[in-house]
Amino acid sequence: MKFKGTVTVWLKESIFDPQGAAVKGSLAAMGFKEVENVRIGKNIVITLEAESPEAAKDLLDSMARKLLANPVTESYRVYVEEEKAGAQR
Amino acid sequence: MKFGVVVFPGSNCDSDAYHVLRDVIGADCEYVWHESRDLSGFDALVLPGGFSYGDYLRCGALARFSPVMDSVYKFVDEGKLVIGICNGFQILLEAGLLPGAMLPNDVLEFRCQWVNLKVENTSTPFTNLYKPGEVIRVPIAHGEGNYYAEPEVLDELERAGRIVFRYVDAYGNPTREANPNGAARNIAGIINEKGNVLGLMPHPERCSESLLGGEDGRRVFLSMIKSLETGAFLSK
Amino acid sequence: MADTSQKAPWREMGLKDSEYELIKERLGREPNYTELGMFAVLWSEHCAYKHSKPLLKTLPTEGPRVLVGPGENAGVVDIGDNLACAFKIESHNHPSAVEPYQGAATGIGGIVRDILAMGARPVILLDSLRFGPPDDPRTRFLFGGVVSGIAGYGNCLGIPTVGGEVFFARPYAGNPLVNVLCAGLMKHEDLHRGGAYGVGNVVMVVGHSTGRDGIHGCTFASDVLGEDSESKRVNVQVGDPFMEKLLIEACLEMMASGAVVGIQDMGAAGLTSSCAETAARAGTGLAIDVGKVPQREGGMNAYEVMLSESQERMLLIVSADKVEEVKRIGAKWGLHAAEIGRVTDSGNLEVFHNGKLEASIPVSLLAMGAPEYTPEAREPEYLKKTRNLRDEDIRAPEFGELKDILLRLLASPNIASKEPVYRQYDYMVRTDTVEGPGKGAAVMRVKGTKKGLVFTTDCNGRLVYLNPAAGAAWAVTEAALNVAVTGARPLAITNCLNFGSPENPEIYWQLKEAVRGMGEACRVLETPVTGGNVSLYNETDDQAIYPTPIVGMLGVLDDIEKRIDPGFKRPGDIIAVLGKVWGDARSLAGSEYLEIAHGMVAGDPREPDLDLARGIIDVLTEGAGEGVFSSAQDISEGGLLVALAECCVHGAEGARGCAVSPKALGCGEREDIRVDGMLFGECNTAAVVSFPADLEEKVSEICKRHNVPLSVIGSVQGSSLAVETCGGLRILEVSVEEILSAYKTGLEKSLKG
Repeated sequence: MKFKGTVTVWLKESIFDPQGAAVKGSLAAMGFKEVENVRIGKNIVITLEAESPEAAKDLLDSMARKLLANPVTESYRVYVEEEKAGAQR
Repeated sequence: MKFGVVVFPGSNCDSDAYHVLRDVIGADCEYVWHESRDLSGFDALVLPGGFSYGDYLRCGALARFSPVMDSVYKFVDEGKLVIGICNGFQILLEAGLLPGAMLPNDVLEFRCQWVNLKVENTSTPFTNLYKPGEVIRVPIAHGEGNYYAEPEVLDELERAGRIVFRYVDAYGNPTREANPNGAARNIAGIINEKGNVLGLMPHPERCSESLLGGEDGRRVFLSMIKSLETGAFLSK
Repeated sequence: MADTSQKAPWREMGLKDSEYELIKERLGREPNYTELGMFAVLWSEHCAYKHSKPLLKTLPTEGPRVLVGPGENAGVVDIGDNLACAFKIESHNHPSAVEPYQGAATGIGGIVRDILAMGARPVILLDSLRFGPPDDPRTRFLFGGVVSGIAGYGNCLGIPTVGGEVFFARPYAGNPLVNVLCAGLMKHEDLHRGGAYGVGNVVMVVGHSTGRDGIHGCTFASDVLGEDSESKRVNVQVGDPFMEKLLIEACLEMMASGAVVGIQDMGAAGLTSSCAETAARAGTGLAIDVGKVPQREGGMNAYEVMLSESQERMLLIVSADKVEEVKRIGAKWGLHAAEIGRVTDSGNLEVFHNGKLEASIPVSLLAMGAPEYTPEAREPEYLKKTRNLRDEDIRAPEFGELKDILLRLLASPNIASKEPVYRQYDYMVRTDTVEGPGKGAAVMRVKGTKKGLVFTTDCNGRLVYLNPAAGAAWAVTEAALNVAVTGARPLAITNCLNFGSPENPEIYWQLKEAVRGMGEACRVLETPVTGGNVSLYNETDDQAIYPTPIVGMLGVLDDIEKRIDPGFKRPGDIIAVLGKVWGDARSLAGSEYLEIAHGMVAGDPREPDLDLARGIIDVLTEGAGEGVFSSAQDISEGGLLVALAECCVHGAEGARGCAVSPKALGCGEREDIRVDGMLFGECNTAAVVSFPADLEEKVSEICKRHNVPLSVIGSVQGSSLAVETCGGLRILEVSVEEILSAYKTGLEKSLKG
């Protein structure tokens, strides 16, 4: 089965994120007073073959641990959805 | 004695390190292509600056999976010397050969400028020709040199004298203003526990000739040669 | 082949009806859609120089040092020691106006490949940038994007960005200028050409795969920017500096292997222009199959592959027996190196798609058949007003105001330190940068020799606007003096002519006059034009930019240890002016002072005294060679007083102050002299030097020999900049701290507003 996995990587909460702080400042200056916190991260979208959603998730988790995220500074989360047949990307 | 300068796709300070070692200092030096697995014959390795793999994903993250890196681990185990400069430092961090990680500069911009560094430990094989506490002038050029490690790790580095270079003002004080990138405790360079792997963000190869505005960096390479000649560091 | 007679698709592609008729006539038939697209890009202003070619022919292009002049990918100059320097400047204005980061980044990529195509290793970059007023939010967006685009791409390549300029003025608000100069080094025998020589040789594409990005980019570059320009963002290509770095290393290795017969960048108009131009230079033909071009996305047709402007690709003509070697090197660097066709003797560019013929056009018609236009030229109306600046129109400042004016000038974003910009560029990589950005011209050493190469870019668009011929001559003169104040001898220039629409008679007059002035200056200063680029249609909503013919100059220092710089060195050194400072109202024409202190852009700039400039260059190079000068600085934006302030800023510890009196410059002798003219006038053929007192006789003797007036105006002393009138009255004293503070913080303050 084909899956589309999304690995979201961002700086750990304990680490100051200067990009996030800069964006927060700009949003506040624009009048978005409601904003409490901004964290900036990245999405890595991976299309892969796996036997089940669980298997796909395990694979993606392993990729995230080994390469996609740096465990010293970054947290990550893995999302999996089934790639619809015919929906080519 | 022989130096190797590792060339990753995207390295761009490889020829600078090679030039200093060979033409300025007169050491025996060869390039090592990143796909090579044979490091026999080399006594010291330089992981040079640049943008290995375009710094895509994270600085140094992809380079650590280059074939040569398996041999670099063995090289380090054998007690030979490895110096990672700038991107080379980032690769050493990603490879786990040094603790911690790099974050983007707190100014959110690339910074190319001269900085003052205090040599905090002069008993390493990379700094034995500096005077204790000496302040030297060395250029930096990076976008991600904001060194980060957990507080316990930083404490351990401090305790063990493994912080080798710190950003300081002209008088040797590690002030906030003297810190160009937000690095924890003004750290510019650290060494591994065994003492044979140094990583630093500043570029000693860019200040090894008076024509380029300073020669303070040359003693890093001369120190390496001295300790290789005497074998001093291995006894530790 | 599809019939195109129903509609007029050529108009959408940017071709005039008359041009379409000409194509039909010369081809002897209707072109099909693919062919029409190929004509449209190659006959665009950007590629064919339709409106500028007759003018460009008038520029001097030859000299004893010129190895390759205009017509190839870049000019090449002999620098001695069997070494040669390839250098060229190119614009990327339109792409940067809509997507500043990628526009600037891909601008670097393109010019770097041009230098690479000559067989040289690219070693330095300079950027000449023009933006609207710094307090305009749009300017801040464009400025931030362009600077980070240059940093993002250039730093990754490992080519130091060592200099350039940044200038802000209202006319650039909608249409910023991003001109990039690249220079490369090679041995004479490594020189390569962009020719498809040798029938039977193999045509290869090396580098990135080809996608649908940037189709019709150069017709876009040949259009006036309008409201819909933002939606043209789809035309802007995305740069991959990592791939470019690999491409540089791979191509140098391929050329060193002896496999490469001809090589050409695939920049504007992509495969179409590179094929047509290489074949045209060699007088051959090419037969290629676009199906063999590595593609990024499926289903691309011949039209799309031929017109794609995907970045980081080179076209190589390879000896038939060396194809495997090229493929091996490509694989080593992880690049595509695909065989796509052969050199033929047909004289045609034949394009197949998986074996089916899609286009067949005579190469000469495609590459050289575009019509040339000599439009009507008419002196602009505005000149009647701006020229008419009289002495009494400029209120003479009180002495008490001078300090404030000087500090405002030093803090003006056009004069203030550009450190907030250049500290984002790696200007030291390659360990050849001896003098980086910040002091004037950049100086790089050439490893293995005693030589230094000196580079600068210059042009004050305000002066060109007020008097195109004089302004363009000033651009050349200022660049030459900038080079000469390092002690180097100016050798040659590359130019980038940035103007509005040539179809407007007033703009065409500006262009024509500017080329005349530039040619004249280049002839007298013996700095031939080795190549460059023309960028027209730089306007938005009928507002044209200041005409901006940017000059990039190369100079050589025979002994780099003998270089000089602007900073004062020792207290007690004598300060003198070489040349002539006019000091009258006319010398304030187009000055920064006039705009900052009086809110005026007016006057009629004098033409530079070119013979005097030549003499000054001789004095500086000879004096530097004999080691007589402690420092040297040219006089440009801000005039004499700002030049002196800069000598203080860059001064050595303990040598950052001076006391001067303009008495020796003729003050008190001529009635037309004004204090502000003397201190802030810009159109002076002059330089400020300092030297130890015991060398005055020697300096004076060198000046006499070259017919250059020498006027001693003061000495290096104290820790302030002090000026006395000829009567001995101290009219100005500014501490070095105040000078430094204004100069160092000016740019950031004006951008934060």
